[in-house]
Amino acid sequence: MAEITLIDAIRQAMDEELGRDESVFIVGEDVGKRGGVFRATMGLFEKYGEERVIDSPLAELSIVGVGIGAALYGMRPICEIQFADFIYPAFNQIVSEAAKMCYRSNGEWTVPMVIRAPYGGGIGGGLYHSQSVEAFFAHVPGLKVVIPSNPYDAKGLLKSAVRDPNPVIYLEPKKGYRLIRGEVPEGDFTVPIGPANVTRKGSDLTVYAYGMMHYYTLQAAEKLASEGVDVEVVDLRTIYPVDKQTVLESVKKTGKALIVHEDNLTGGYGGEIAAIIAEEAFTDLDAPVRRLCGPDVPAVPFSHPLQDWFMPNPDKIAKAMRDLAAY
Amino acid sequence: MATKIIMPQLGESVVEGTVTTWLKKEGDTIAEYDSLLEINTDKVDTEIPSPAGGTILKILVPEGTTVRAGTVLAWIGQPGEEVPAGEPVEALQKTPGPVGEPAEPAVDALRQAQEPVGEPTEPAVDALRQAQAPVGEPAEPAAEPVETQPVAPERDLGFISPVVARLAKDKQVDLNQVKGTGQGGRITKKDVMDYLASGPSTKEAPAEVSPWDTPGEGDLFRPTELMFSTGKPPAVEPAEGQPPVVRQAPQPAPVPAEGKVEDRLIPHTTMRKRIAEHMVLSKHTSPHVTTVMESDFKQVVAHYEKNKEAFARDGVKLTYTAYFAAAAAAALRAFPLVNSSWSDEGVVVHPQVNLSIAVSLGEEGLIVPVIPNADGLSLLGLARAINDIASRARAHRLKPDEVRGGTFSITNHGTSGSLFATPVINQPQSAILGVGAVKKRAVVIDGDAIAVRPMVYLSLTFDHRILDGASADGFLAKVVEILDNWPA
Repeated sequence: MAEITLIDAIRQAMDEELGRDESVFIVGEDVGKRGGVFRATMGLFEKYGEERVIDSPLAELSIVGVGIGAALYGMRPICEIQFADFIYPAFNQIVSEAAKMCYRSNGEWTVPMVIRAPYGGGIGGGLYHSQSVEAFFAHVPGLKVVIPSNPYDAKGLLKSAVRDPNPVIYLEPKKGYRLIRGEVPEGDFTVPIGPANVTRKGSDLTVYAYGMMHYYTLQAAEKLASEGVDVEVVDLRTIYPVDKQTVLESVKKTGKALIVHEDNLTGGYGGEIAAIIAEEAFTDLDAPVRRLCGPDVPAVPFSHPLQDWFMPNPDKIAKAMRDLAAY
Repeated sequence: MATKIIMPQLGESVVEGTVTTWLKKEGDTIAEYDSLLEINTDKVDTEIPSPAGGTILKILVPEGTTVRAGTVLAWIGQPGEEVPAGEPVEALQKTPGPVGEPAEPAVDALRQAQEPVGEPTEPAVDALRQAQAPVGEPAEPAAEPVETQPVAPERDLGFISPVVARLAKDKQVDLNQVKGTGQGGRITKKDVMDYLASGPSTKEAPAEVSPWDTPGEGDLFRPTELMFSTGKPPAVEPAEGQPPVVRQAPQPAPVPAEGKVEDRLIPHTTMRKRIAEHMVLSKHTSPHVTTVMESDFKQVVAHYEKNKEAFARDGVKLTYTAYFAAAAAAALRAFPLVNSSWSDEGVVVHPQVNLSIAVSLGEEGLIVPVIPNADGLSLLGLARAINDIASRARAHRLKPDEVRGGTFSITNHGTSGSLFATPVINQPQSAILGVGAVKKRAVVIDGDAIAVRPMVYLSLTFDHRILDGASADGFLAKVVEILDNWPA
């Protein structure tokens, strides 16, 4: 089995889906000739032609709007938003149209569309190329929100997203595009949307994470293991709808929960996990549920020292784990 | 040979004390008679001197915990010396569990959680009961049955997390037996699991057996307070090496969230709690009625001005309170019914006049030390006694017995400008005299003339179960008469 990068896995998934299903097409800024600013669609324009890998104008509203229209017509669009930071012009289309179509047509019409968007900081991207947007969409019934943390899941989840009859927001941890590598089988397989994945078994405390923070969390857990603290790590993978069963099973075992995300603390997705635990596993708790998140400042700063201050990293996560383990 | 520091019994009726401050910590050296710790009983703080010189080997009772008199608080000895008797918790584990007395969990939540299992339904209990009460054999004399029964250990368990509370309930774990390794000694889930894995897997549910269910044991001959568990273990001196019996210490205030202005919680001090308990108790106990009269202080003021310097030469600061005390003491001799307490059998009239004098300690609270046999003291003696108890009250140097045994109270709220007030009775007394500020007022005197006189309102709050308006007024009128006609 080949070891490939996260972005290779994403490209492989799109390549295979384009080859498998004539109705699948890609639309986005610079996805065609350029192969995407991150090279996610590299080679696909040449392979499948300009009618299936379409360079769009710089208008996210139209990328998603076109996607919804095509989806209603029976196509399976993969819309790429170049950076998640740019998704807001399309917010209305996503939340008010795509998310509600199935519900308002009583299931008669659905929008089988994927919106891919690289998210997250730590790449020196500054205010407009570092944002985390998951909390906005994980609030909207009618959407599914998927965030892979490794190449295997990235490929399998993207394939599931393409085949899903309803809109899926597929957020890609861009810092991990070339950093995160892993074995991915050649050929067709899927990873179901929904189930979380216990990526490390442990007994002392549970850390919930996704995307890049999951990658860091595993590193921190290794460090803690050498200190004698046995950390269980849950990769949420699908944050909406969330896999409550796995979330609860783990905390019921360990009694302690830490949630890590790089999005701002307040109103961030971690609050939802904390609430689920508080409501349904209260009598299993041995410590307050804790969150390690980006601070409540408007954006990830451009200055590198300030970016480091903003971003959770393995050291910060290890410290939070230690504190919780000691409680 | 190490020396043990025990919680002293600081007064006849004082059976427990709170360790407020350790003045030395473990490892420190201390000379004999140097102050070692401060303890608090009810409302009085006392410094305890070290009974020996040496090194503090081990402090067993942390600050803020209340233990019974006789409890070992610490050990003093030579550096490196072994502390006699094992870890207190372990020492208890070896003690066989009593049948009749269920172990009492220290935490209220747990107590509720364990309630259902306290019912005597287990057949095993019956078997035990039979074994303990052999048919036909004479019952053992139960002269001191309590001392042979291990008292349920209670210690401040700290924060009990939801999962620990649940496990303790489900698995019948007495958390007092579990060693805490979490923050601040908190018992973690892991500690409970480790305890369960190492110790006896599950303990027999503690079963409560009513005294009337255990004939033949001599229970019927026991004093009633021993027969009916009051929830509080009887005051017996714990055996050496036995762990301290601890009551729950006040919880720290919750930490407010960052950036938010929250209400501030002032944790109750012992004094504040005692005041609150007493005030509520008093209002619930006695039907309070207050009667008010006024006194012309001309004579007293004249006497005061004339004598204060002479008193000062004797080292005594003369105050108006001394006059009130003298007048009240004399009036109490004339109206002995006011110097009494209510009991269900009848009104208990006290032969001694022991005056309780309220002393304000500012925001901290209020304390009411007693001048015993006040009716036998001259004005100088009263003034000296008042000076003494007031200054020692403010310095927290009163002895516990000095706040007990009062038969009548005086509160001088006039010192803070109040004209008259309706004080709350200091139980179990029958009345309290409130004295207001001495103010010059235009008053009509003999012969329909108007004069400027220093006047003072005197309010008497009395227990209407004991005293009626007429008898209370008679007493108050006597006080006024004495003050009005003070020989200048």
